[in-house]
Amino acid sequence: MILEVLRRLVNWVEGEEVFPPEKAAPMGKSTVHVDPMNEWLLSVQNRDIGVLNRLKGWAARNGAAVFRNVYRVFAGVLCVTVIFVLLATVSFLPKFGNPDNPANNEVPQRYIEKGLEETGAINIVAGMILDYRAFDTLGESNVLFIAVCSVTILLRTDRKDGKVNISELGMIETDNDDDLILRYAAMVLAPVALIFGVYVILNGHLSAGGGFSGGTIIGAAFILISSAFGPQKVERFFKYSTYKWITFAALLTYASLKFYSFYTGANHIDSHIPLGTPGAILSSGLILPLNICVGCVVACTMYAFYALFKKGGFGNGT
Amino acid sequence: MELISAILLTFLIVCALSVCLTKRLLTSVVIFMGYSLVVSVLWLLLESPDLAITEAAVGAGITSILFFVTLRRIKIIKGKSEGNDDDS
Repeated sequence: MILEVLRRLVNWVEGEEVFPPEKAAPMGKSTVHVDPMNEWLLSVQNRDIGVLNRLKGWAARNGAAVFRNVYRVFAGVLCVTVIFVLLATVSFLPKFGNPDNPANNEVPQRYIEKGLEETGAINIVAGMILDYRAFDTLGESNVLFIAVCSVTILLRTDRKDGKVNISELGMIETDNDDDLILRYAAMVLAPVALIFGVYVILNGHLSAGGGFSGGTIIGAAFILISSAFGPQKVERFFKYSTYKWITFAALLTYASLKFYSFYTGANHIDSHIPLGTPGAILSSGLILPLNICVGCVVACTMYAFYALFKKGGFGNGT
Repeated sequence: MELISAILLTFLIVCALSVCLTKRLLTSVVIFMGYSLVVSVLWLLLESPDLAITEAAVGAGITSILFFVTLRRIKIIKGKSEGNDDDS
């Protein structure tokens, strides 16, 4: 009964005549019983259906525009939903600076109270990243080195014998000759930037700064010289071999300087490194040499990225 | 101080939205540079000068320069010798 009603409904949608009534199955077991439903399903697949046809036509004409608008609306709704979820999560956080917070346990307390006398650095942050957690900083410097290696593999185009491919001549910059403003500005700014970068590295344990920011400043000064006076000026002292040996030596020095702490730290032996008086440049044990190593790696990395992106190499091969 | 922080944070939100919605890539990179600068000032207001120096040097300096060099290399920006077409 329900099947009959459904069939009539589908028939009406299709826009055809009323289905002929079921033929009674002929008597006898030798005949095959034909299911009218299956018959109807098979026949549906083979003919044009009124409403479906109209639907397909409408989709072909307006589908792209409707999809675009629906996409924009859903994108906006999703964005607003994500913003609300994140804000709701933040509202459950404990109050900032509450003494009962889980982040205020004995670890930062020890760093703040005994940082100065155990590391000798007035800048507690530098003391933390280069003394208490020096291993993590070694990992970070290694990550910079690996990044430049990957970019070199992908982008380096100059060859060992110094010959440059003719097809890459378009990449070599030749329109630096008449940029007077840049050149005069660089003549004044680049030495100041270099000296400031060296100052920031050397004073990492006394004031804000350290190896990372100082190295970036020196790298930026190299980039300024390279873009104002042409890359040949920087290539006189910064070839690929320079980059290779400086980063290799810096990372090796870092690793070998801090290598003792695997032994002394685990066995609670005091390492007798003189800490000096806090406030002097030559104080705080090993933080100054480590800052210099990190600064070298970062400066070389920054200039290497610029040179590889711009010219595909450091010039003069090797 | 609260008012200054609130104004700078609103500026950050506007910057972040407009980086996505502008049509020119050069404008996006310049707005990204401004974003880095404002974040550096915010670090200073949150009393961490190490982060402020590093963010200013890396974000507003090196990253933006690398973006410009990349845009030039994929020919979105053109130099003096190649004509003065605007980028798309």
